[in-house]
Amino acid sequence: MSMINYASREINCKLVYYGPGLGGKTTNLEHVYNKVAPGSRGKMISLATETERTLFFDFLPVDLGTIRGFKVKFHLYTVPGQVYYNASRKLILKGVDGVVFVADSQIERMDANLEAMQNLYENMTQHGYDVTKIPFAIQYNKRDLPNASPIPELQAALNPGWPVTDPTKHRATPDPYHESQFLVNQEDGQWVERAPYFEAVALTGEGVFDTLKAISKNVVKTLG
Amino acid sequence: MSGASSWSFREDDSRRIQTILSGFLGESNSRTALIVDRTGQLVTTVGESPAFDPTAFASLTAADFSANDQLARMLGESEFGALFHQGERESMYLADIARRVILVVLFDNRTTLGLVKLRVKTAVTQLTQVFTEMFNRDGTSAPGVQSEFLGEAEDEIDKLFGA
Repeated sequence: MSMINYASREINCKLVYYGPGLGGKTTNLEHVYNKVAPGSRGKMISLATETERTLFFDFLPVDLGTIRGFKVKFHLYTVPGQVYYNASRKLILKGVDGVVFVADSQIERMDANLEAMQNLYENMTQHGYDVTKIPFAIQYNKRDLPNASPIPELQAALNPGWPVTDPTKHRATPDPYHESQFLVNQEDGQWVERAPYFEAVALTGEGVFDTLKAISKNVVKTLG
Repeated sequence: MSGASSWSFREDDSRRIQTILSGFLGESNSRTALIVDRTGQLVTTVGESPAFDPTAFASLTAADFSANDQLARMLGESEFGALFHQGERESMYLADIARRVILVVLFDNRTTLGLVKLRVKTAVTQLTQVFTEMFNRDGTSAPGVQSEFLGEAEDEIDKLFGA
């Protein structure tokens, strides 16, 4: 958690949308911008190239209102997805409170997804953060396309889970978003945790707020 | 460390910083001073209220400073301790404080870059001391939010983002 400002009674949380190029990160933010009441959000800033590819980041502040005397704000950022913008991508992760990985469901983008996920882990580690210990969600975008990979394949590749070392977490935890699936479960004698995942079609807005709601609730839980 | 390090900003911190920055603004004839943390969050503003959106300004300032930090490293410097952007009427001077926050000074033709640079040195030294004390303190005594906060925050999230 970044900063509680007791002087201005503000809590700001930084959420970063990460993932491969053209996966729909900016589209997620645009949908939020268009749907949230204008009084509850600030200006959307996009540092993009002439062809509307993200060059540095997009930024959208969303105001949750005053809770117990504190003004709570979420600062939504995207990173540039293209591989060669790694320096910029790494800078945006500084001070991150929660990460949404926006994967492109199309079969031919699987390698790009894997590369971006690997890159997220590397950049987080270089900042001294651990993606398995902060609020983290995966969004499988473009579910409407005919060449979308099946969810089990995407899960196996991008969300295979990590071992749970804390014995107090060794209990089956149902996935609240998917019936008869688990976020923490015992597999082959080992406890494994997975990030919550969401299916989306960011262009139409489907799944965009489900993802945002889940990640922001998990971030708020870390404030206590 | 699993995530970003936390720190809190208290009212007495705010008063000390206000005093330092008010003195600096008077001595340098500058208009506004902002403190922005390196993650892009606005900490405080002193002086004339800016006409722009301060939240967006803060995120761009942090990005500007971070990008220049990387450029410095490519040149073999450990950092650029300060940056200067000159406009026709409005200019801004940015200085690093304790590697964690950025002091942004906005000034116009009523003063000169020379005077701002001269006066900012003392302010940077004093602010570095204040922020270093704050960062050393946090993690041990920073109070968290009340437990009722969580439930109400979740309700607000449902309302804002659709239940």
